Amino acid sequence: MPGQPLDVPLEHLLRELTPQVLGTVVRRFRDFAAAEDAVQEALLAAATQWPDEGLPDSPRAWLTQVAFRRMTDQIRSESARRRRESEMVLEASRVPEATTTIDAASEEDDTLVLLFMCCHPALTLSSAIALTLRAVGGLTTAEIAKAFLVPEPTMAQRISRAKQSIKDSGIPFQLPTTEERAQRLRAVLHVLYLIFNEGYTSSGGPQLQRVELSREAIRLTRSLRTLLSNDAEIAGLLALMLLTDARRLARTNKEGDLIPLTQQDRALWDRQQIAEGVTLISATLPKGSVGPYQLQAAIAAVHDEAARAEDTDWPQILALYDLLRRMADNPMVVLNHAIAAAMVHGPTKGLELVDALKADARVANHHRLDAVRAHLLEMAGDREGAVKHYRAAAGKTGSLPERNYLLMQAARLLSELRLVDGQE
Amino acid sequence: MKYILLMTGTKAGVDTYRAWTKKDIDTHMASLRSLAKDLRESGEFVADQGLTGPEEAKVVRGEKKGMPITDGIFPESKEFLLGYWIVDVATPERAYAIAAQLSTSPGPGGVPTNMPIEVRQFASHPLK
Amino acid sequence: MKYILMMNATKANWDAYAKWSKQDLQRNVAFMRAFSKELKDSGVFVATEGLGWPNEAKIVRAGKDGEPITDGVFAESKEFLAGYWIIDVESTEQAYKIAARASAAPGLGGTPGSMPIEVRQVLSSFADLGL
Repeated sequence: MPGQPLDVPLEHLLRELTPQVLGTVVRRFRDFAAAEDAVQEALLAAATQWPDEGLPDSPRAWLTQVAFRRMTDQIRSESARRRRESEMVLEASRVPEATTTIDAASEEDDTLVLLFMCCHPALTLSSAIALTLRAVGGLTTAEIAKAFLVPEPTMAQRISRAKQSIKDSGIPFQLPTTEERAQRLRAVLHVLYLIFNEGYTSSGGPQLQRVELSREAIRLTRSLRTLLSNDAEIAGLLALMLLTDARRLARTNKEGDLIPLTQQDRALWDRQQIAEGVTLISATLPKGSVGPYQLQAAIAAVHDEAARAEDTDWPQILALYDLLRRMADNPMVVLNHAIAAAMVHGPTKGLELVDALKADARVANHHRLDAVRAHLLEMAGDREGAVKHYRAAAGKTGSLPERNYLLMQAARLLSELRLVDGQE
Repeated sequence: MKYILLMTGTKAGVDTYRAWTKKDIDTHMASLRSLAKDLRESGEFVADQGLTGPEEAKVVRGEKKGMPITDGIFPESKEFLLGYWIVDVATPERAYAIAAQLSTSPGPGGVPTNMPIEVRQFASHPLK
Repeated sequence: MKYILMMNATKANWDAYAKWSKQDLQRNVAFMRAFSKELKDSGVFVATEGLGWPNEAKIVRAGKDGEPITDGVFAESKEFLAGYWIIDVESTEQAYKIAARASAAPGLGGTPGSMPIEVRQVLSSFADLGL
């Protein structure tokens, strides 16, 4: 059978097919952990053979068959070991030759089911993230390990334990019930958001040879949106990711230093992503079921639509943060709210809001608290206070680029202070 | 969140350790290996390194022509790094719990050493 | 042979560093980046971490029932590990040469420094400390 030429990068094709094939195998054999292993082996076989032999006519059927064969081999050898014939073996041996006619509806449902399964609240967040990237994202263990800067065996173990948790919790391979749906969807969105954030904050500067987590998060969120096109928060999350990712190239300079939003070179922002994000959030907000991701996307849209930093519609942003604060009890939101309040009502107002956080144990020792205070003190003209808090913030962050940025702010202000002194 | 757990000791402390019975040393090492195994199984292990003894330690400075100047003299009180672990865990409490486990590794006669473990959070960054 | 090159710093060192000018900071950061890259390009790089200032550093001991007892108070003179490189080289001399280069990282006014770098040989894991 003549192979088709590879006109799509093979990696991307395999990643797209992973959840679809996995869904089919899990449905048939009802053992998620074993199915996941079998699909991994099929993917490996494809990655090895297809470059030489060309694409099969139905890549999905090819992968499914190979995975099925692995499963039946495993079951057969297990039952031979236990000396017991199982119905499953009989059923499995009756695998149809080629599953070329795949019911489109069930194909989509499986990816969705997998996503809900991998993000189940019973799993730890790091498990859910790893498993989602593997089973739904189709990334290899090595790719995921590299993306999170941990050794491959560690990531393999996380995935293994995640699969075991699913087994132990008896999480069924089916869509959540209507009652559970809202909570389960929130869990999925949270995981996708965390994946995006991990990609966004730990990357920067020249592109590295590791899978781009932000891009993966966007891809997975797009898929989710296709499957649940009426959900406003999914649209909101996608818009937020696009509008944030649009600024990626401007976020660090050649030397790798962090550049805050208000100082970024907007010519480097991705206009296409901004347009898509703005269109999306504009179409979604009027639907009325406004949630935190939509609000954050709306805020990002206001920033991204300003031609220059000084054109930013801060009153709009403040109003949106007012709403967001009511929806989510998140100290980081409070900090951002304080900055917006300062831009509209002056730094004293912002500092009042920051002061209120001193008692919040979640953030009392966080570097951002000092960093925002420093920024507001600078706005208020208190350079010495700002220097003190930038330095304090630098001492609290574990991230070198953050530390460098904060120390440089302190240094900048210090040199301004010296200039002022020098004039006396 | 990544944490580094540091084991340190003075030269005198290391000399004392070396004077333990072989059995005590083996038991001590076995407990460290067992902890490493647990961390690998839990998916929290990132790295562990043991360093050779402080008698080999040198401080190097570059002098003006770039040639290394080495110096092996340290104050008696200097705390030398003996080894470290890097773990990736969900909470600071988990990092402290792992450190406490390290701290209880047995010394002479199987009595927990209760050695102090320094715990520091850090962020790995691919661009250094 | 693997060696660890360690930068240690006291609180006084940190306080001084935190007061550097923007240019001095930028020069130093750029040097560190270029240095790590050089190690990678020459095939000796194994690992590097910058640990930041240990404001949140804790000393942990096990209490009576194994529960962690944490303490965040340190002597002024305490040296903290600020960062390290791990390299894999042919000889001790090569390790010292590389350490000397790290030591020369630019300090105030961009002048090459003479920062003390502690060099120790590394075993591959605790399992090898079996003696």
